[in-house]
Amino acid sequence: MSQQLIQQLVNGLLIGCVYSLIAIGLTLIWGVMNIVNFAHGDFLMLGMFTSFWCYTAFHIDPIFSIPVCGILLFTLGVLIYRFAVSKVMRGPMLAQLVVTFGVSIFLANTAVLLWTPDFRLIDKPLLAGTWNFGTVQISVPKVVASVGSVVVSGALLLFLNRTRTGKAILATEMNRDSALLMGINTDRVNALSFGIGSALVGIAGGFLAMYYYIYPQVGGLFGTISFAIVALGGFGSISGAFIAGILVGLVQTLGGYFFDPAYKYAIVFLLYLLVVWFRPQGLRGW
Amino acid sequence: MAHRFVVSLAALLMLVAAPAARAESPKVIRVGALYPLSGNIASTGLDCRRGAELAVDIINGKYDLDLPLAKEEGLPNLGGAKLELVFADTKGEPKNGLAEVERLITQEHVVAIIGAYQSSVTKTASQATERLKVPFVCSDASSPTLTQRGFKYFFRASPNDASFAKDQIQFLRDMEKVKKKKVETIAILNENTEFGSNVAKEVAKAAQEGGYKVVAEISYTANATDVTSEVGRLIQAKPEVLIHASYITDAILFTKTFKEMGFKPTAILSFAGYIEPAYLPAVKSDGNDIVVRSTFALDLGKKKPLIAKVNELFKKKYGTDMSENAARSFTAPFVLADAINRAKTTESDAVLKALEETNIPGNQVIYPWEGIKFDPKTHQNNLAKGILVQIQKEQYITVWPFDSAAADVTWPLRPWGQK
Repeated sequence: MSQQLIQQLVNGLLIGCVYSLIAIGLTLIWGVMNIVNFAHGDFLMLGMFTSFWCYTAFHIDPIFSIPVCGILLFTLGVLIYRFAVSKVMRGPMLAQLVVTFGVSIFLANTAVLLWTPDFRLIDKPLLAGTWNFGTVQISVPKVVASVGSVVVSGALLLFLNRTRTGKAILATEMNRDSALLMGINTDRVNALSFGIGSALVGIAGGFLAMYYYIYPQVGGLFGTISFAIVALGGFGSISGAFIAGILVGLVQTLGGYFFDPAYKYAIVFLLYLLVVWFRPQGLRGW
Repeated sequence: MAHRFVVSLAALLMLVAAPAARAESPKVIRVGALYPLSGNIASTGLDCRRGAELAVDIINGKYDLDLPLAKEEGLPNLGGAKLELVFADTKGEPKNGLAEVERLITQEHVVAIIGAYQSSVTKTASQATERLKVPFVCSDASSPTLTQRGFKYFFRASPNDASFAKDQIQFLRDMEKVKKKKVETIAILNENTEFGSNVAKEVAKAAQEGGYKVVAEISYTANATDVTSEVGRLIQAKPEVLIHASYITDAILFTKTFKEMGFKPTAILSFAGYIEPAYLPAVKSDGNDIVVRSTFALDLGKKKPLIAKVNELFKKKYGTDMSENAARSFTAPFVLADAINRAKTTESDAVLKALEETNIPGNQVIYPWEGIKFDPKTHQNNLAKGILVQIQKEQYITVWPFDSAAADVTWPLRPWGQK
């Protein structure tokens, strides 16, 4: 029993860290622009496919193609911002809501067209296998993915708090009009945040590709969960998204183990409902 | 002047008459085909679509095959009318099953429906055909409840999960009797929609009747990002045999998680997901030794040349071997075309009557069945039979019933990483 408890704790933590990284990308975009990026899950899918094609076409191991995923998705994020999102920023609320939805459908269907709906796996990654600690098994790629996610999240926090550009992003997040008055080019900040948010989820995709299967619709469930995490942590709060991501990972595995696996996502969303009931602004929101 | 008038009148008459004359020559019979062509299991839907398309090619063209209507072009009793499939995408969701059937019937004017692979989708879709009084021939969805409802317009040619569940337990008994390999405990793992829950129910019933102890019953949502808690529970329960009803994504995820967490029962018997064409390319040798229920296996072609011939055609058209999904969806168009041909009309009630009188002999199906004949009450084809295949060297090989086996069963499951 206790062995399985430790096992489930470890698994919850491992998946939770990756959830965090995905959710941080989403919450950053939301915080700065007040736009819900419905295509977030599809960006994750693109990150995973980037890693897969680097491996298949150029024999680059997923661990080394992580920067490629980040750069590619950053570029894509900026382009999508410039050519789609920025056009509707001043439009009606509904237009803002549906624009990323359209991008999502476009990306998922393009992926089906280009790469078929088949499932792919990176069959022999450099980092594979499991560590055995008694009866507790820990998957090596999962450890790499979660440690990597934590490092990237930490780097983002440093960037935001220590650099001028980072501070400009935070300032815009706090108050767009004041930031504009202080001479911050908020349009540039928007593009940058959209790019960084996309890069983060692309990197998460690169990590996930080390052990998860890859197919055009893979982003769906991760996307839904990351919405719940962002709301749970508080919209726009990066530390909130980080904590909530790990919390959701733990609740999901422990809840599934001790209650009933069929209800594990129900338990996650119940937790979310409880938090919004008592703290509508989320764990770390304001 | 008068001459010119006559000429133009004749020309005008010819113009008016031409379309009518065209309508007289071979008609087109439109049939709606529902499959999950996008969404989570789009790869499966594509595969089903190929099976149905090949069947229609054979019906419409001239082929020297022992299949209904293969030797003639089109439907001879309807002046060589050709079948045309109108595909609709269910996205794997029950609500679309219902909506798409309504659209196909009212707007596309199809005369019958085939599909829809998933039992949950087939359930809602067949409610629509029942209401609109249009025949629905199913040869892929397997939940027993579909034919337990006593629907008038719904027919199923393929075996259902109740008989598959009995097969799996019978296999365990045969292993004990013939091969002296005895097991006592079973864990049931199932995805929690219509299909998985009903399999679990049927397996539990059959296991109890067979005198096996069910040590765990775990249901889960197929669309999961992580299944470590499910596998943790399985490890805790220590079953000798795992019986798993899954779709494709969860089959891949579970296989990987079994390996990662070191869950190793004596045998894994499974349904559906493990036999999808996308499964083996994703898990490769980790799939070896797993047993899957099936209706179709290419190695049956040795005893039944028809299977090999159909597979040749399939390979020529799509470049891959025929999978179990494609083989299942292959059957419905034949059953339907045969009935319409005998009814000599596409009028719904006449087709219904013809379907009820269906009697396709065993040598005209690509399975080890005794034929196709619908039960007058449930409309289930009781002559349909399942087989068990085992993944050996990344191929599906028939291992049960022992008299049609192409190879011996690998037993017990070898350790992960040594397969």
